[in-house]
Amino acid sequence: MSALLSVRDLHVSYGAIKAVRGISFDINEGEIVTLIGANGAGKSTTLNTVAGLIRPESGTVEFDGSSVVGVPAHKVVARGMALCPEGRRVFTQMSVAENLEMGGYTRSDAENKETLEKVYAHFPRLKERRGQVAGTLSGGEQQMLAMGRALMSKPRLLMLDEPSMGLAPILVQEIFDIVKQLNDAGTTILLVEQNANMALSIADRAYVLEIGTIKKSGTGAELLVDDDVRKAYLGG
Amino acid sequence: MEEELMAEKRPIISTGGRGPAPAGRRRSLPMAARYAINALLVLLVLVVGELMIDGGAVTRYQTSVLQQVGVYIIMAVSLNVATGYLGQLPLGHAGFMSVGAYGCAIFIMRLTETLGMTGRDVVAGGPLVGLVVFAGVVFGGVCAAIAGVIIGIPALRLKGDYLAIITLAFAEIIRVVMLNIDDVLGFELTRGAAGLTGIPSYSNFLNVFLAVAVVCFLVHTMMKSRHGRAILAIRDNEIAAEATGVNTTYYKTLAFVVSAFFAGVAGGLYAGCVGVLQPANFGFMQSIEILVMVVLGGMGSMLGSVLSATVLTILPEALRAFSDYRMIAYAIVLILVMIFRPQGLLGSYDFSLSRVIERVMNRDFPWNRSKGTAEGKEAADA
Repeated sequence: MSALLSVRDLHVSYGAIKAVRGISFDINEGEIVTLIGANGAGKSTTLNTVAGLIRPESGTVEFDGSSVVGVPAHKVVARGMALCPEGRRVFTQMSVAENLEMGGYTRSDAENKETLEKVYAHFPRLKERRGQVAGTLSGGEQQMLAMGRALMSKPRLLMLDEPSMGLAPILVQEIFDIVKQLNDAGTTILLVEQNANMALSIADRAYVLEIGTIKKSGTGAELLVDDDVRKAYLGG
Repeated sequence: MEEELMAEKRPIISTGGRGPAPAGRRRSLPMAARYAINALLVLLVLVVGELMIDGGAVTRYQTSVLQQVGVYIIMAVSLNVATGYLGQLPLGHAGFMSVGAYGCAIFIMRLTETLGMTGRDVVAGGPLVGLVVFAGVVFGGVCAAIAGVIIGIPALRLKGDYLAIITLAFAEIIRVVMLNIDDVLGFELTRGAAGLTGIPSYSNFLNVFLAVAVVCFLVHTMMKSRHGRAILAIRDNEIAAEATGVNTTYYKTLAFVVSAFFAGVAGGLYAGCVGVLQPANFGFMQSIEILVMVVLGGMGSMLGSVLSATVLTILPEALRAFSDYRMIAYAIVLILVMIFRPQGLLGSYDFSLSRVIERVMNRDFPWNRSKGTAEGKEAADA
């Protein structure tokens, strides 16, 4: 079986600073794969590069068998990859419903109508607040909105960048439950997280990043009990 | 008076859809009826205004001020596309205005010469003149739009203050080119500092305010469309817009070019109002004044742009008697507004006549609403 997303020997630099130094990984259809690691390990850079927001220095990124290197982000979306960016980045002056409509920008109105119902089914809170201006939502609701918006493009691969950032523990649990649900409903997920414990507990497979390289990889369960990982990221 | 009416009946942008639409029951106007009502009001204002001018109820001087008002409304509305909707801060809008003004004036002068029309023929009007003026104004707009593409592509790679400075510099380049192009390249185009004189006065109340209505309508429909939504998304969050599939480079350039095009249209009409063009008219201060109109009215509010363009054009005229102090008054007004209403007089609020009519149709008045909330609205509907 060939992978849905396959990244080979990816190098990314910001000017003279090398952020990612030769990362390779695969994601198979239907999996939850997580990249964990400390600040500055290159997790978000990897994700943004895959999404087309940053051009890599070298390396290949293949989605569904065709290269997406050099394809701009707005075209990557149409191919079936959606990025839910770090820090939520909802359209603060638009309503919840308008945010979701924007998410379906690359899709037809008829498709959007259908997808919208599915998104509301996953996020009943968004349906309640569909008329509210997104900037006035709480952090957790904004995260849900950002995820819902990404789902509106009907992605085969959903990329989540730090969905737990700045959220209360109870909300983090809720968000991760939803991620699991989305996966059960058939969406492949690439998750970047600092909250390694949560991420590993729902992930099928995980990669541990350190200063731009992959230090370890394995199933979520394996890494959760791995001594090095526990010491470095799970607090002993 | 007219211009206030003009402002009020215009269909206006709202980012819309706020507040959940109460299920069913709520009566609404069909789109065709909305357009018809607004078109009718525009027509009414134009006819009444024209009759008042013909009948002598409005003096020549007042008419010329009115025309200036119309020109500046178009300038403010066009700048609002780049500032209010796209969220950039270009400081060179007068540059586009001058390209449009020279383009249109030279086009019309050459064309009337070829057709053997005199200045008096142009003022007398008629279908042929109308066509010539229309072509000239559109030509001016296209010239400005081309300048917009040339400037926009490098400028829009930058943001905020950097973009402001680069557009400012470009506008200065345009001004200097207008000043020296004849001397340096041996053309007979702008006549440099001596000024381009003998422009037939082809602008009048009717065509200026018709242009105002058309420009407002076009900007309104653009911003209501999918393209407009993409532009608003870029303003809210560029990375998120790109991540949802909006081609941000394309839409930023588009908004900038549309903004430049309408500034060129305004410039073309301006040339027909004043009759003389000098590059010095389109300096840095001119750009700032237009920006002030947009900021004062409220960025992203078309009604705000229209109102503040009107007030800020009439005010200096009305204060002519105190000409020594008027710049002080102007500055104080700006300071006060920025302190007490930093979002501009209207913020991003926009007036919509259709919305008011629908409220009346649904008997949805403030005093019927229990809390001014969605429940209140639904209660009023029931």
